[in-house]
Amino acid sequence: MDPNIIRELQEFLGKQSVLSAREDLMMYEYDGSIEVARPDVVVFPRTTQDVVRIVQLANRHQVPITGRGAGTGLSGGALARQGGILIVFSRMNKIIEIDLDNQGAVVQPGVVNLDITRAVEQAGYFFAPDPSSQKSCTIGGNVAENAGGPHTLLYGITTNHVTGLEVVLPSGEVLRVGGKTMDTPGYDLTGLLVGSEGTLAIVTEVTVKLTRLPEATKTLLAIYETVDDATETVAEITARAITPAACEFMDGWTLRVVEAWVHAGYPLDSAAVLLIEVDGLRESVEAQAAEIIDVCKLNHAREVRVAKDAKERDLLWKGRKNAFGAVGRVSPSYYVQDGVIPRTKLPATLRKIDAIGKKYGFEIGNIFHAGDGNLHPIILFDPRDHGQYERAVAAAGEIMAHCIVVGGSITGEHGVGFEKSELMPLMFTEADLEAMLRVRHAMNPAGLLNPGKIFPFGKGCGEVRVKPFPVTSSTPL
Amino acid sequence: MTETRTQKQVKGFVGDDKPSWDDYARCVHCGLCLNHCPTYRLWGMEADSPRGRIRQMLLVDRGELELGDGFVTHIDRCLDCRACETACPSGVEYGKLVEFTRAQIEQQHPRGLFSRLARDAFFRYLLPHPRSIDLAARLTKIYQRSGLAAFARATGILKLLGLDERERLMPRIDDRFFFSELGKTFPAQGPRRARVAFFAGCIAQVTFTKLNEATIRVLTANGCEVVVPDGQLCCGALALHAGVRDVARELARNNLEAFLRESFDAVVTNAAGCGSTLKEYPQLFQEGDAEYPKAIAFQAKMRDVTEFLADLGLAAPLKELPLRVTYQDSCHLAHGQRIREAPRKLICAVPGVELVEMFRSDDCCGSAGIYNVTETAASMEILEEKMRYAMATKAPVIVTANPGCLLQLRAGAAMHGTKQEVLHVVELLDRTLAS
Repeated sequence: MDPNIIRELQEFLGKQSVLSAREDLMMYEYDGSIEVARPDVVVFPRTTQDVVRIVQLANRHQVPITGRGAGTGLSGGALARQGGILIVFSRMNKIIEIDLDNQGAVVQPGVVNLDITRAVEQAGYFFAPDPSSQKSCTIGGNVAENAGGPHTLLYGITTNHVTGLEVVLPSGEVLRVGGKTMDTPGYDLTGLLVGSEGTLAIVTEVTVKLTRLPEATKTLLAIYETVDDATETVAEITARAITPAACEFMDGWTLRVVEAWVHAGYPLDSAAVLLIEVDGLRESVEAQAAEIIDVCKLNHAREVRVAKDAKERDLLWKGRKNAFGAVGRVSPSYYVQDGVIPRTKLPATLRKIDAIGKKYGFEIGNIFHAGDGNLHPIILFDPRDHGQYERAVAAAGEIMAHCIVVGGSITGEHGVGFEKSELMPLMFTEADLEAMLRVRHAMNPAGLLNPGKIFPFGKGCGEVRVKPFPVTSSTPL
Repeated sequence: MTETRTQKQVKGFVGDDKPSWDDYARCVHCGLCLNHCPTYRLWGMEADSPRGRIRQMLLVDRGELELGDGFVTHIDRCLDCRACETACPSGVEYGKLVEFTRAQIEQQHPRGLFSRLARDAFFRYLLPHPRSIDLAARLTKIYQRSGLAAFARATGILKLLGLDERERLMPRIDDRFFFSELGKTFPAQGPRRARVAFFAGCIAQVTFTKLNEATIRVLTANGCEVVVPDGQLCCGALALHAGVRDVARELARNNLEAFLRESFDAVVTNAAGCGSTLKEYPQLFQEGDAEYPKAIAFQAKMRDVTEFLADLGLAAPLKELPLRVTYQDSCHLAHGQRIREAPRKLICAVPGVELVEMFRSDDCCGSAGIYNVTETAASMEILEEKMRYAMATKAPVIVTANPGCLLQLRAGAAMHGTKQEVLHVVELLDRTLAS
């Protein structure tokens, strides 16, 4: 990287907020995924004005810019695939305003998801999107990837809870879109920007909606002897038009791994469990829970447990939300997928995943948001063996292809990133992708924002000048 | 964008005392630890987060990163509070990793002359030797009591030397030392319910004599015969955390002898930091070593005083004490030993006491052994946030479970004018003993 760029960055950000030594950059070449890409310089802005100056500088020198929050993402979204400047938002982590009367808050992008809830829960509110990484991941990353989570089944995903944004365009122009109300006149640019994976603008402020904590909550754990019985239950709950707040599936293998850490009382001898939660008014919760228990029993649930208090409920959720990480206990690395399928296709798809695992010789754990058909097969592999890594990626590709064949999608909530960009043509026609590229071109004409993401390689119009492949130092870990 | 492939090959970790692949490969870099790490929250830098530090260990081990100043700085800055272990779903034993890494740094990284002399003096010549501690304490007492300390403070000499904050953190030397109690047995009051050995600590014997005495009073009042075995030495925690593993191992050998001479129902300590290391003595030895089975036997007996009393159940009658208190989890109790309920149970057992939970009560207070002396600026920033949350509880008393935390929080209360008293759980219990 041009030393002048680094010097200029240091001049207005201070030396403490600019990293360019090799050993420091190595700390930003990974995230929660299995991808690796090293930036050329890392900067830590504190204000929107800082971001504007960084972007202007990048624009002048035609250097790529990528944003990063906590780096917990699972699709490589926060990795500088083509080098350049990585903007880390960990120091822009202030809650600017909490407006309980109007059920809203304004936060900087580096605020940790769970910290929003922690700041308002005493007053009876919470921030609904609850990705499993919520104790560390940042709101900026949630916005970029349009993050989901177990409770999105009832409450919706990030885009349903973000009403306004302040963003910096590649030109350095600051734009405010949306506002504090659910709808604003003109194009829904907030909707366009949420989930754009940092390829249209850099988010510097987020206006979120706060949700009233439900009057009552009931958490059920349905235990099954076969995977099919569990997935049939999900299909029937949907068919009966019951919408639980969350409906999570864990197979026997996964819950044995999880139980070793969380000690929540997950049954070690079962083939699968469903973790189902209903919330709302006390009366409706009782009625819904009763009906769900009926459905579970009809589908041969061995037992349906009801969490007796908040502590037991928290433990069950702790197990679910930390499930990916817990896999580290049994395998040095894993590759987690994010496919979506119609709920009616669950039983057949799980059988297919099992067959793919056998074909490639991998253990594949299944844990997913059953309620909305968002699968997360986890392929275990040892990264020291490059052959295993390649087979894991091939197996994953086959699973994704199957999801599309049955009418689903390659990502439910983790984003396309660079992990799945090559799979996009499986889902979209040339014309579809062309339309998306034209949108990108309108806001990010030079292709400097997060290049190498979403679109298959070679698709980006402004990317010819940047390096063809990520600069990586290590084998993936 | 230019990546030179001509990086210097470095040798990585050497010898036996090093982190192993099996230990750090458990980290799946999910990042769930980040927001639980005090230094990551302070600076927002990956290199100062648990995930980043593990990544650096791995890169050093693979010869891709030099075991140089940058690496050492990030490892030095770790509090070893182990909050990341609580957050980690994958079961990474981070404390073990960082302790092994520091052992590598100790062996391979040349520190400056002053730093080397200070480390040697402290870890090798002071802590393991009660006589040195006794002498150093007497000299410090002269400084503190003669008016010299007041003089130094008044004239601003300390400020000039940049030592004023450190001086505030320095414990006041006791009027009488606990050394005289070694070898004694304190009979149980009423029917004997248990016979325990008391671990008295090292510096604590000249700075926390009253806490040790209170611990014995509370134990005996609850039907325990308390033996203070002679020949016991420092637990080795501070040396271990600094990477001076040979000293820690030697101290462990000594203590295994001292405490396994007789049979006890339990070995009890009032210092969570010591207790955590004492319970982990097996990690200092290889499975084939003669000491290994002893360390396992010792581990099975080792109890934090709050853990032991909560299990045993309080038998002594307690006076009513109408008081609002808050509890600061000591890191090596909550994260190191996974004990959270026991101290709270004991606090709530005191009639009249109302326990108000503090926001982020299991975040480190910044004491972290001698971290507040070696990394004073960071420690003070962490303490500032802690005192803000402590004050928000409006509790006039902060209760905690480790001498280091007591010192730090007392300094914090004075610096930030919170007017809060800071007590160990057993000091609170001692105050309410009816007799």
